Amino acid sequence: MDLLRDIFINPFVEMAAMPDLFLQTLWEGLVSGVLYALIALGFVLIFRSSRIFNFAQGIMVVFAALTLVGLYAYGIPAWIAVLLTLGVMFVLAVSIERVVLRPLVGQPDIILFMATIGVSLFLIGLGEIIFGGENKQMITSELGIPTGETLLEPWGGLLILPHLDITVVVVGGVLVAALLAFLNYTKMGRAIRALGDDHQAALSVGISLQTIWVLVWFIAGIIALVTGIAWGARAGVSFALEVIAYKALPVLMLGGLESITGAIVGGLMIGILEKLFDGYWGYPILGGNTETWFAFVLALIVLLFRPQGLFGERIIERV
Amino acid sequence: MLYRTAGQFKTSYEADQALFPVKQDAFLLGFIMVLAWVIFPLTASEFTFQTLLIPILIYSLAALGLNILTGYAGQLSLGTAAFMGVGAYACYKMITIMPWMNPIIAILLSGVFSAGVGVAFGIPSLRIKGFYLAIATLAAQFFLVWLFEKWSWLYNDNASGAIQVPNLDIFGLYVSGPQADSIVQYYLVLFIVCLLTWVCINLTRGNLGRTWKATRDMDIAAELIGINLMKSKLTAFAISSYVVGVAGALFVFMWRGAAEPNLFDIPLSFRILFIAIIGGLGSILGNYLGAILIVGLPVVLNLVPEALGIPVSSSMVEHLNFMIVGGLIVFFLIVEPHGLAQLWRLLREKLILWPFPY
Repeated sequence: MDLLRDIFINPFVEMAAMPDLFLQTLWEGLVSGVLYALIALGFVLIFRSSRIFNFAQGIMVVFAALTLVGLYAYGIPAWIAVLLTLGVMFVLAVSIERVVLRPLVGQPDIILFMATIGVSLFLIGLGEIIFGGENKQMITSELGIPTGETLLEPWGGLLILPHLDITVVVVGGVLVAALLAFLNYTKMGRAIRALGDDHQAALSVGISLQTIWVLVWFIAGIIALVTGIAWGARAGVSFALEVIAYKALPVLMLGGLESITGAIVGGLMIGILEKLFDGYWGYPILGGNTETWFAFVLALIVLLFRPQGLFGERIIERV
Repeated sequence: MLYRTAGQFKTSYEADQALFPVKQDAFLLGFIMVLAWVIFPLTASEFTFQTLLIPILIYSLAALGLNILTGYAGQLSLGTAAFMGVGAYACYKMITIMPWMNPIIAILLSGVFSAGVGVAFGIPSLRIKGFYLAIATLAAQFFLVWLFEKWSWLYNDNASGAIQVPNLDIFGLYVSGPQADSIVQYYLVLFIVCLLTWVCINLTRGNLGRTWKATRDMDIAAELIGINLMKSKLTAFAISSYVVGVAGALFVFMWRGAAEPNLFDIPLSFRILFIAIIGGLGSILGNYLGAILIVGLPVVLNLVPEALGIPVSSSMVEHLNFMIVGGLIVFFLIVEPHGLAQLWRLLREKLILWPFPY
């Protein structure tokens, strides 16, 4: 009986009693949701254009952040370091396409998936050799990211909105909008979508597979850099960040592997729900730290009802 | 010449379907068995037992379990380590509740628990397919590791949160814990691995194995020819998790000696997936070849700089290992996506014709 009360009544009583705490939890969920959505977007772009389930996306986030911090540590000014990091991500995209993807065209999905895991191991080793494995401070103020806090007092409570988080949400939103505009209104973007719809048809109208692959991996690299800066500013830069890569997986599954809308909605949903669940149910009843598995279980439950995810393409099977 | 199959006539269907239709295969296996049962134990040092022989056997057993699920039944799993954890914790609880229990029986029984958990997490496979199914096993992975950490009953409310393997003996011979001899542990692991491999080979050759393969190749078609998909997928989950669970119990009791929850985290799952894929999905032999490569390679790499006299720090070696293993995985996938087992198959074809290629 107590358990039922803990599940169905107490959390809501608490929410109503302390609306400021509720809003704070919601806000934190939103911020991490934006970051999940960004990582998932990188995945979706690559999956749509090449059917590759890119496990290395999370490592690319860390690698980009490490490169940026490492270059800055060598005395290069912050903004030039950003440009150089983008250059590194481009080189990475080209070399992944040349060395890994081109020889593996047409192999079963699982082989390509394993190849991306191989790439991520390689990047971990490379990153640690060049830049060292210890936790590093993100160069937040050097990049001109505000670090103050805004305090709001709704209903006499206290709501803390760090400017960093506001920047993350705004930049994330702008990036998503820019990406959508790019995909919908430019020639390259249309080519990417065409490739996603039908490989053969896209090739026959003269769309270059190789160029598009390099392009999507580069875009994924840009997204990785932005995510890496944002996440690194909150938690420091080290390969411990790769856990967020695992978080992007349920986001993708929940939203549907091919859907950009799905990645965004899924990311926000998981970000907010896991914070709420851990704050109001997980911590009091289960002893906390439920964020490690909640997203996966949520995605699993949703998939039981919609096997293709919320916004995925309907799976049609023929014999 | 050495592998000539000409002249080995079969006069009955049974003879043709036997485990070793070609005599040379049986000789080769016999030779490997002699190596494993007699030569290695006689010559190996403590170091070789602990860093090569025992882990290779245990990893191959875990990969074998995964291979049944992913390679034979076609259900992608990323949660192998968690099921190993279930086996290890189940074995630990059984030993602490019933200390008189024979360790071999406890280890073999611990797989039953992980089989149960495996079936529970396998139920979604009836509806979810392909990469989406990976989420079910990932949910198992993260949920179970969290459970190992939070449910203090599992580790007997230890302050450290880790399980420590007690000294166990069979008829006065210590098989686990600090007092155990490596050679005894090696023989026990070898015995269990051989036993389970033999069972699995025959399962995959039989009726059950054929329904798994049909499910893997196209499950709708399999359903149309009258295969019960639920039975086929769930038995695959059960048997695979059983083998993986036993491997997990061996992993902790015969090799590590102690375990923390994060030992069973996702890198271990990936490691086993690498072994299965580099060895070859849908092959029994591949698991052993893959394990030899993935377990043996870092050991060899550690020895190389020392042998060449180049001073390299140990963290550098570790990072280089990551790079080399990652690079090798990509390399092997490009060169032979069907794994090392396929390389052996090709070599065998060549050997049968050699030295007269036509």
